[in-house]
Amino acid sequence: MPAPGYILVLLLTVIFTLATWLQPLAVAWTKGRAQSNNLLAVTLGDARRLFANHFFIKADVYFHSGYYPSIFDQGRTNQLHIAEQAGQGPGAHQGKTPEEEEKEEDFLGPPRDWIDKFGRNFYLTEHTHLSGGHEDEMLPWLKIAAELDPQKVEVYTVASYWLRGKLNRPDAARDFLREGLRANPNSYEILLELGRVYAENYHDPDRARNLWQLAERKLKAHERATGEVDIINERQILLYRAQLEEAQGNYQAAADAIERLCLVLPGTHAVEREELEKRRAELLQKANSSPATPAKP
Amino acid sequence: MNNIFAIGSITIKELYRRKDFYVLFVLSALITLMAGSAHFFHDDKIVRYLKELCLLLIWIAALVIAITTAARQLPAEREQRTIFPLLAKPVSRAQVLLGKFLGCWLAVGLALVMFYAFLGVVSASREHAWPLEYYIQALWLQWMMLAVVIALALLGSIVFAAPSSNGTICLVTVVGILLLGGHLHEVALERPEPMQSFLSTLYFLIPHLEWFDVRDLVVHESGLVAWWAVGAASVYAMVYAGFLLFAAWVLFRRKALN
Repeated sequence: MPAPGYILVLLLTVIFTLATWLQPLAVAWTKGRAQSNNLLAVTLGDARRLFANHFFIKADVYFHSGYYPSIFDQGRTNQLHIAEQAGQGPGAHQGKTPEEEEKEEDFLGPPRDWIDKFGRNFYLTEHTHLSGGHEDEMLPWLKIAAELDPQKVEVYTVASYWLRGKLNRPDAARDFLREGLRANPNSYEILLELGRVYAENYHDPDRARNLWQLAERKLKAHERATGEVDIINERQILLYRAQLEEAQGNYQAAADAIERLCLVLPGTHAVEREELEKRRAELLQKANSSPATPAKP
Repeated sequence: MNNIFAIGSITIKELYRRKDFYVLFVLSALITLMAGSAHFFHDDKIVRYLKELCLLLIWIAALVIAITTAARQLPAEREQRTIFPLLAKPVSRAQVLLGKFLGCWLAVGLALVMFYAFLGVVSASREHAWPLEYYIQALWLQWMMLAVVIALALLGSIVFAAPSSNGTICLVTVVGILLLGGHLHEVALERPEPMQSFLSTLYFLIPHLEWFDVRDLVVHESGLVAWWAVGAASVYAMVYAGFLLFAAWVLFRRKALN
């Protein structure tokens, strides 16, 4: 073939010319299409949400140092232990009897045969929890879960619980919650947790109050929109609010919060309602006996 | 015995002349280092996710090296027709088989030492500790497990026509045992007869390779395996590898080579 070098240069020139011509057109083609600067979002698309739950569970596996029921093991709880510890969901850890907890923890049961018995020498067979500052080992999985599914609200609240509560890193918790809030602007769960960061870690009651007020409004809006009542989070918001107002000497506002809580508690909570009514009466008594304090809504 | 070692040494040389090990090692190292460069919540002491990832890559790489190396040994000798001068030395078929097994097993052992040294350096750079006993136990148990895998691949190379099909079948079998082997009895109990008896028999027959996977213990440093259990598992692996090699020899000695 005569002068292959020239042909190469010619082809290169054609490629370059075509590229300069096509580039502006390509930009126009993609205009209007959703663009993402997240590599995971680009490569996995919405399928990434499927993996988010896997990594959230992975964090729970780490919390138990690998002692975790497989899909074959019976007696698995629906609620992740890290979430229970963080006070998320109905099966809060403290709500179980010691027998129930023991049964749940001993998911392995007695060995079924000699192979199973011998095999137990090669994996952890005791229920332990991460402690002594090692709780941070769970965090990468929570971060990855949030990256994969930014709408998975519990990832932010659980991570915040461990960051601020156990690792004494409220700044990291606040930043992560704010990241979650940007992705879920209507999340009252994140606002509730953010309020706890400000109330318990930064001792900033005004900001905490504002956040919990906003959380309550978002929760009500959510309940109106969906028709579902989220009693667990509503209860927490109002109890924290009452606690904060009482500590600030705003007894009337504290009593109002408890009154609102009594209104939403279902009939099955009669004992709790009775205790709350007593508490409210005490607060009202304090409000009447103390000099008038401006009641905050 | 000299013949066996001579054949084994050729297999070891083959491993470091071929690119498989280097490619897998570099790939594993790159992925681990990339994952290690990520900082979660500005905390540079978090190490367990990195150990887990590195160990997973080590397991994948070691399985691939072991199966591909063992699966191509005999077919390559036959294809290149070097099996005839080899058997004319005189070397018996049993010695060829044992030499190939020993060579593959030692070669994979060397690769494992490299991989675990890398794991040790990476994790020490973060946690500033050398849990050597964990690494030694994990390496030893993995190496013992690979003896069974290599013997299985050698047996497969006599049964199946092509190294690719043998490699695929071996890989699927080994991964299946690792994932489900320990739970087969549980599954069996929930099945009606005759499936229950079939699965229960299978459970007791298959090599329990899942015993040798102590990655969780290494990652979480949640206690060493009792040394007697390590010894018993090693004996189990050796007996199982011996059984597979014997089966391979029974088939190989009657196999026409051309």
